[in-house]
Amino acid sequence: MTITPTRQSEGGPRQSKPRASTESVSRVVNESGIEIKPLYTAQDVLATGSLDTSSPGEPPFTRGIHPLMYRHRPWTMRQYTGFANAADTNQRFKYLIANGQTGLNVAFDLATQCGYDSDAPEAMGEVGRVGMAVDTLRDFEIAFDGIDLDAITVSLTINGAAAILIAMYLAMAEKRGYDLARLRGTAQNDILKEFIGRGTWVFPVDPSVKLVADTIEYCAQVAPKYSPVSVCGYHIRESGAMPAEEMAYAFCIAKAYADTALARGLDIDDFAGRLSFNFNVFGNLFEQVAKFRAGRRLWAKIILEQYGAKQPASGWMRMIAGGGGFGLTIEQPENNIMRGAYYALIAALGGAQTMALCCYDEAYTIPTPKAQRISLRTMQLLIEEMGLTDTVDPLGGSYYVETLTNQMEQKIVEVMQWVDTRGGIVKAVADGIIQKRVSEYAYQRQRALETGALRKVGVNCYTESEEENPNVELHPYDELGAMEQIDSLRRVKAERDNDGVEQALSALRADAAAGRNVMPALMQAVKSYASVGEMTKALVEVYGRFKEPTQLWRMVA
Amino acid sequence: MSERKIKVLLAKPGLDGHDVGAKVVVQALLDAGFEVTYTGLRQTPEAIAKAAKATNADVVGLSILSGTHLPLCRRVRDLLLDHGLHDKLWIVGGNIPENDRMVLRQLGYRGVFPTGSRTEEIVTFIRENVK
Repeated sequence: MTITPTRQSEGGPRQSKPRASTESVSRVVNESGIEIKPLYTAQDVLATGSLDTSSPGEPPFTRGIHPLMYRHRPWTMRQYTGFANAADTNQRFKYLIANGQTGLNVAFDLATQCGYDSDAPEAMGEVGRVGMAVDTLRDFEIAFDGIDLDAITVSLTINGAAAILIAMYLAMAEKRGYDLARLRGTAQNDILKEFIGRGTWVFPVDPSVKLVADTIEYCAQVAPKYSPVSVCGYHIRESGAMPAEEMAYAFCIAKAYADTALARGLDIDDFAGRLSFNFNVFGNLFEQVAKFRAGRRLWAKIILEQYGAKQPASGWMRMIAGGGGFGLTIEQPENNIMRGAYYALIAALGGAQTMALCCYDEAYTIPTPKAQRISLRTMQLLIEEMGLTDTVDPLGGSYYVETLTNQMEQKIVEVMQWVDTRGGIVKAVADGIIQKRVSEYAYQRQRALETGALRKVGVNCYTESEEENPNVELHPYDELGAMEQIDSLRRVKAERDNDGVEQALSALRADAAAGRNVMPALMQAVKSYASVGEMTKALVEVYGRFKEPTQLWRMVA
Repeated sequence: MSERKIKVLLAKPGLDGHDVGAKVVVQALLDAGFEVTYTGLRQTPEAIAKAAKATNADVVGLSILSGTHLPLCRRVRDLLLDHGLHDKLWIVGGNIPENDRMVLRQLGYRGVFPTGSRTEEIVTFIRENVK
């Protein structure tokens, strides 16, 4: 009998200890808590459930939501981009499109994300820093100028101010002559996860969820091809959650939005097909692939069986998979290029509809054009050279992956049941319970990194003996550009019909106070060139602002 | 030697929503036996200085990952001085490029902990530098 040290790696064991065994191997437990065997056979698949023989394109879509998947069309490539002002961002969009990017994923600055105008005191130092500054419809007109919105679909990474920016996007498209009934695009608009991680909330939890339902209802009626919500397990995982939790919390959140929409009298088939998801890709390759396969199967069951949707497409777990920022390291940043390649492989093997990768320099700075091009080329390599688009679900039928898919599904269900025992996701988030749990995992992980129990290349193993200066070019913050943005906002305010703006804002306040859907009033306000800050303020007057439950951390040891 | 507990105020100034690191540091400081108050996100410099005074903190820690550390740290510094808190230990952590670290030290932030710092370093630094 030989006992060897426990093998530990990222996305690997969380709490495993070496134990005596008749075999000379160490114990391996994946991050979701599933013990990994040295060998899998058909017996393991059957012992954990059954062998899923469904075809891709057929419920429950384990192998993919479309029959031909990438053989028909490769995933959309959509790098997260945006900085400074609309004009600079428009140039970068065009650079990426010229390099073969097939969608846009817009980053907004923190002032915009939190509902402040560029000239607000809260926006000091933030205008155009981590994304594009947007104050009025004018900025959207400039940002998307010259871009064909039919050929290039646009995803807006916006949450707290999502209702406003969706209205702005629809108004911009309408003004350019696009038919809203056919317009495609996506908004992130997942506010519940913002309370758990990412933090760009504005209003308290209940009115925030109400606003999401407003956008779902409005889009179902006016822009039925537009995806008003992309539910994000992604940021919950970035905040510390393990993969099974990432997916479980996302499903709980998606169900909460669906329930609110149903309570408005919508039919599940009116909107479920336009709900989409955003998931993370860092960690153990097989665990992530199994997570995606299990998630697709479970979501289809939830929507088609529990919610009784009639159209199979309502049960599609459409997703953007990518990013992986939490897995990247500030140490030896060039290693992140290799990590990005494996992450893209995970997303492709997982059946993602859309892919985005964090750039190798993103832990330091706004990515350079070159870093963004490397990420784009990484995805293109998989398509052009590695055969990832040749056949559907290439890992399907692997004893290991099928067993793990069965086990991950069970884990996800267990976490969802736990959330139910806490009064459901909306209450658990308002109480701060999910935040606390996720944060505890992040702390355990940090400790494991510091003790060396969790191995991370370049961080606690294979480190450089002498700290090299990383070869990373820093994106300069443009103070002058920030002042220009403020000037531009002032010009718009001077040129617009201010009585019209006042009327539109009064109507918005009235609709919010009466509990009506605020989207029609927001469309009017946006078209009058009311600013993001003005519209947010009108809604805050009715809804109030969120107060973070920090008492969970205000503790004495 | 029995000492009173070191009191730490940990704050997130500005609009940055990245709080994983701040919460990890809170837990590490609690484990180290310190008394910790965490403000939560979106604190104005004014609110942070007031909280530092009100909690009688020995240590004022800021966490900023959006890149806005210089303007925010300048503003918080002015207000801490206004409140007579020049003798407290000020520290800051986040995505802080090499060139900015010296600037922050010159502003009076004696501990600067860029992304990738170990929680142990922060704990040791506080133990050694709180008067």
